[in-house]
Amino acid sequence: MRNTFIKTLTEIGKKDTNVMLLTGDLGFNALEPFRDALPRQYVNVGVAEQNMVGVAAGLALSGKRVFCYSIIPFATFRCCEHIRDDLAYHNLPVTMVGVGSGYAYGILGSTHHSLEDVAVLRSFPNMTVLCPGDPLEVEALTHGIMKQHGPCYLRLGKAGEPNIHKKPLENCAIGKAITLHTGKDVTIVATGSMLQTAAEARELLETEHISAGLVSMHTLKPFDEEIVQRVVQETALIATVEEHSAIGGLSSAVAQVLSQMSGHAPHLTIATPDSFATDTGSQKFFREKVGLTAEKIAASIRHYLPAHA
Amino acid sequence: MGILLKQELADLEKKSRQIRASAVEMVCNSHSAHLGSALSMVDLLTVLYFWYLKVDPKNPKDSERDRFVLSKGHGGSGLYATLAEKGFFPKKELETYGKDGSLFAVHPSSKMVPGVEASTGSLGHGLPIGLGMALAAKLDGKPYRTVVITSDGECDEGSTWEAILAAGHWKLDNLICIVDYNKIQSFGRTEEVMDLEPFAEKFRSFNWSVCEINGHNHEEIAEALHKAPLEKGKPTAIIAHTVKGKGWSAEMENTVESHYTPPNQNDVDRLKSCLS
Repeated sequence: MRNTFIKTLTEIGKKDTNVMLLTGDLGFNALEPFRDALPRQYVNVGVAEQNMVGVAAGLALSGKRVFCYSIIPFATFRCCEHIRDDLAYHNLPVTMVGVGSGYAYGILGSTHHSLEDVAVLRSFPNMTVLCPGDPLEVEALTHGIMKQHGPCYLRLGKAGEPNIHKKPLENCAIGKAITLHTGKDVTIVATGSMLQTAAEARELLETEHISAGLVSMHTLKPFDEEIVQRVVQETALIATVEEHSAIGGLSSAVAQVLSQMSGHAPHLTIATPDSFATDTGSQKFFREKVGLTAEKIAASIRHYLPAHA
Repeated sequence: MGILLKQELADLEKKSRQIRASAVEMVCNSHSAHLGSALSMVDLLTVLYFWYLKVDPKNPKDSERDRFVLSKGHGGSGLYATLAEKGFFPKKELETYGKDGSLFAVHPSSKMVPGVEASTGSLGHGLPIGLGMALAAKLDGKPYRTVVITSDGECDEGSTWEAILAAGHWKLDNLICIVDYNKIQSFGRTEEVMDLEPFAEKFRSFNWSVCEINGHNHEEIAEALHKAPLEKGKPTAIIAHTVKGKGWSAEMENTVESHYTPPNQNDVDRLKSCLS
């Protein structure tokens, strides 16, 4: 995902010299294409994320469009109040780009995991929160950011995620979820890099003759309430899948919509627990442990269905 | 002879008296706090807005204008009084300061008040923002200057020092940081809470040029601004030695209480009587 992001941003930056990329001294083997092609639009601000956000605000107040890059906890929590005051309060066109969503930096430990970031940034007025599900969504949404004003948080996986969509997304717009499949028994709504796992889970269910739909909720703010309202009328179960805490992320956003409705399908939350890691391992290890593999997602849905469908 | 003409000096003196009286009246009427922090920098604001900064109240968003960021947003009353005096909005609007439905919050918002460049209030934000403005000027080849006033207390913030480090590294000689060094922070004297000394040495070791002035002497303020950048390729720090609550009263000047206690009507009347 991050390589697609940098490739896309480099293309955009070549056409628009007001586009700038700042980094908090991270991005080795990733940011070089932008840095080398557009050295005057690139600044390494050092390991100083608060200053990075303030500088981005000052640049944006002077007419620039700025992207700030770091690993998620440093691009969000470390400079949280600077994002709130300098970017959101000022409503400036600055995008915080965080890499390593969820357990992507597995063995590096809880300091590098990101399971609460969406909850925090979604709560700030003016913020757009984007969690693309594959490189094609990254490309489309990066172009989408350029079409809007105001601050944004772009939550990326790491590297090597496959494309889930079959072709470039011409009509992918911020705030509009993408329906990949429709289904009668369950609709899986996935966000971020869980899209791939959710797609695999859907296929497993289909082999068992469970009619399963799949929606990519790439934008968590502004939230596509309409698609949720439709899904819970047309399907027997809505299952949300995210590599983020159940507090404040996709599940919360869906529950908020459902709380205003009656007579809708039940909602199954599949998310990470409200806890830090108690041991270490790869992203695969953690996903297995918390039930975020295709098999376990399918099992959770299967377990839920007989009682509620 | 100094850099200011006799008439300029007299005019600036008059402006600063007016700004002080307005700030005292605003804070009195709203029964709010932070007056001491506003009064310590009134002379700095006066010289900036009426002698140094190229800003046009009729065209507040002119892309060529000089930028001023009040990092110590709690001194907002002083900034509002200055902007009103400069003509960014009618002085009558100051009467709404701190009232329900007013656009004049204690901490200024650039979304609400013309002439306010950045919304501040949380300490340690203004210098990084000013840094971005100065960097943009360099990148765009524009001649505008960026001036930031920070408090001494906010020099406890790590983000302030992140910005000081970066400004020196980026050789932003179009950036001026004025520290309103009144030596009293929120809960005590700086030397007791968190000593900043040797202060000038800290800036110098971060590759800034530094001068120290009496922050109430208009001649010295103008001289320091005029000389900036003191060295090519280095940002300028002006450490302005000031008195918290300057001009309020003998009892309130240089006290921690001046950060919290609202002025009374006698204070307002006394300062207004000095205007004629």
